[in-house]
Amino acid sequence: MPTWGMAIDLDRCNGCEACVVACRTENNVAPAGPEQAALGRTVEWMRVERHVKGEFPNVRTRFVPVLCVHCDDAPCVSVCPVSATYENPEGLNAQIHPRCIGTRACAQACPYTVRYFNWGTPKWDAPLEQTINPDVAVRWKGIMEKCTFCVQRIRRAKDNAREDDRPIADGDVQPACAQACSAEAIVFGDLDDPESAVSKLSESARAERPLEELGTGPRVFYLKEGDWRGSVGPQSSD
Amino acid sequence: MEALDRNQAIEDSLLRPVFQTSRKLWVVVAMLLAVIAYGGFQWAHQLKEGLIVAGMNQPVYWGLYLTNYVFFIGISHAGTLISAILRLTDAEWRRPITRAAEAITVFALLMGTSNVLWHLGRPELIYIPMLHPQPLSPLIWDVACISVYLMGSITYLYLPLIPDLALLRDRSPRLRWLYRWLSLGWQGTPKQHKLLDRAIGFMAVAIIPIAVSVHTVVSWVFAMTLVPMWHSAIFGPYFVVGAIFSGIAALLIAMAILRKAFHLEPFFRPIHFNNLGLLMLTMACLWLYFTFAEHMTVWYGNEPDEVAVLTSRLSGAFSTPFWTMITCCFVIPLCILSFKRTRTIIGTVIASCAVLIGMWLERFIIVISSASYPRSEFMHDGGLYSPALVEIALTAAQFACFALLYIVFAKLFPLVSIWEVKEGDQTELEAELTGTVEARL
Repeated sequence: MPTWGMAIDLDRCNGCEACVVACRTENNVAPAGPEQAALGRTVEWMRVERHVKGEFPNVRTRFVPVLCVHCDDAPCVSVCPVSATYENPEGLNAQIHPRCIGTRACAQACPYTVRYFNWGTPKWDAPLEQTINPDVAVRWKGIMEKCTFCVQRIRRAKDNAREDDRPIADGDVQPACAQACSAEAIVFGDLDDPESAVSKLSESARAERPLEELGTGPRVFYLKEGDWRGSVGPQSSD
Repeated sequence: MEALDRNQAIEDSLLRPVFQTSRKLWVVVAMLLAVIAYGGFQWAHQLKEGLIVAGMNQPVYWGLYLTNYVFFIGISHAGTLISAILRLTDAEWRRPITRAAEAITVFALLMGTSNVLWHLGRPELIYIPMLHPQPLSPLIWDVACISVYLMGSITYLYLPLIPDLALLRDRSPRLRWLYRWLSLGWQGTPKQHKLLDRAIGFMAVAIIPIAVSVHTVVSWVFAMTLVPMWHSAIFGPYFVVGAIFSGIAALLIAMAILRKAFHLEPFFRPIHFNNLGLLMLTMACLWLYFTFAEHMTVWYGNEPDEVAVLTSRLSGAFSTPFWTMITCCFVIPLCILSFKRTRTIIGTVIASCAVLIGMWLERFIIVISSASYPRSEFMHDGGLYSPALVEIALTAAQFACFALLYIVFAKLFPLVSIWEVKEGDQTELEAELTGTVEARL
């Protein structure tokens, strides 16, 4: 059984946010609209944070795509009173939408702030409703949602492999963000397979796991030269 | 003969508020109902639109509703804990105030837990945690402890009420069926008294660990996370101390109002305000000690994410509420309660109002400031939280509902335990008598 993980090369990321758009389209993440976005009600399973270091003219900006890091020992899982969030055997941190009662304890416990609440009913203004992906459930008001590592694509890849009667190969699964990344900064795959691209990248000397010191065991690796943690400048644009 | 007359006088003055209702009270009830109705209207709006109409956002997922939840559950420690401790230590002066305190417990607990209804994203599924609990979640610990506490405190309010219910059964012009049913055939025989004493004694002992557990697990909802300045080992005791502290303040204010409204001056005497005032002063010192220890360790440890929250409290976005809290919870009570001259009824009430405001602010600061500053590496630009109209309306409605429940209680049952006061009176008389006999010998 695979353990899914991701490597993001920050030195390649140019902050184009194609991953954000791709994720939104693939996973039926409704746009919040400018007013609600200004109030901090945006839902973005994938967002790009900007870390600005130094002062003009010696300024360096890092773009950091932030998504659920699918912790090995997730703080969000233990606090949920109704087991609406759980860790599946393949290492995905899954959210069961119908079970969620909306305590928001998971969101408050998550050190990465990557869980999103449906403050109101998600809506798509015409003609955007035509873009809704039939493979992914549309959520409703009052529940949490988050990145699934495009679990529908993982399922499809598994089905295809089973039909062809072969094991699932490295690169068979491409989450929407990885597929859309023109800089090829995002690599997804099986961390248990030592030959997979993501495994090799995760072993790299440039690799680091976010907030690893908390003991959460993230399955997303960031690759970079030098320290990317500067003073936090203006945050991601909504 | 004299003793009989005194008993009669005690009964009459304590039953009067139950039997007679002034017009002023109806006006107050109407106003409270208006506030509650407006809260209900706002809540209906929120049910329809979702929490989008409230002020919460990312990263402040928890707002005023949770603040009120913690605050009211804190208030609920007034009664049970104070009356249980005073009963166990056999403090004679407790007799007239225990019931007023125990009633606060039950109603504050009901108000506190009601916040879950508007806090949840899907309140229609509120029963799910009871059917399918995930036992590792501190929220489930809350559900368990609070339901035990609620049942316990209702029992603890009810038991000492039985002899008075029997009195009402015999003397009340209305609702006799209710009192007959509730008084469980109480006749006041020595055997019944012995049983009742034993039951009250048992509950007084049992309720103390339950009360302590309740506020401990409420604090663990925060402390069990890795959130900066929530993840703290002293949160359990810190919350319990704050709870008792605010509970005493609530009791003092309630006593002062009831005293005027229902002419209970002979029962809620200056000595009660003086003694409870001293107890509150002790708690103020203890509270400051905990607050200091909590903030000092963060400041010295200098962990950036923790310090971000600390700075927001000391000099940042939360500095006004923070320093108001310090003033209200410590400076004002210290100045008023330290001196016998100012430890009067008016003085203790002013100090209590300050403490209640301060303790509400403490809950607000703890919930909101940590939530506003998540670990900076991944912070999303959420903006600071400010409560929306629906949250303020529901907060006001809760306070109104609390007052209304109290009034309804006062109209159904005597607010001072008649039989216990009579018993105390008897002991006093006997003591006087033995005193004279001893003096003669």
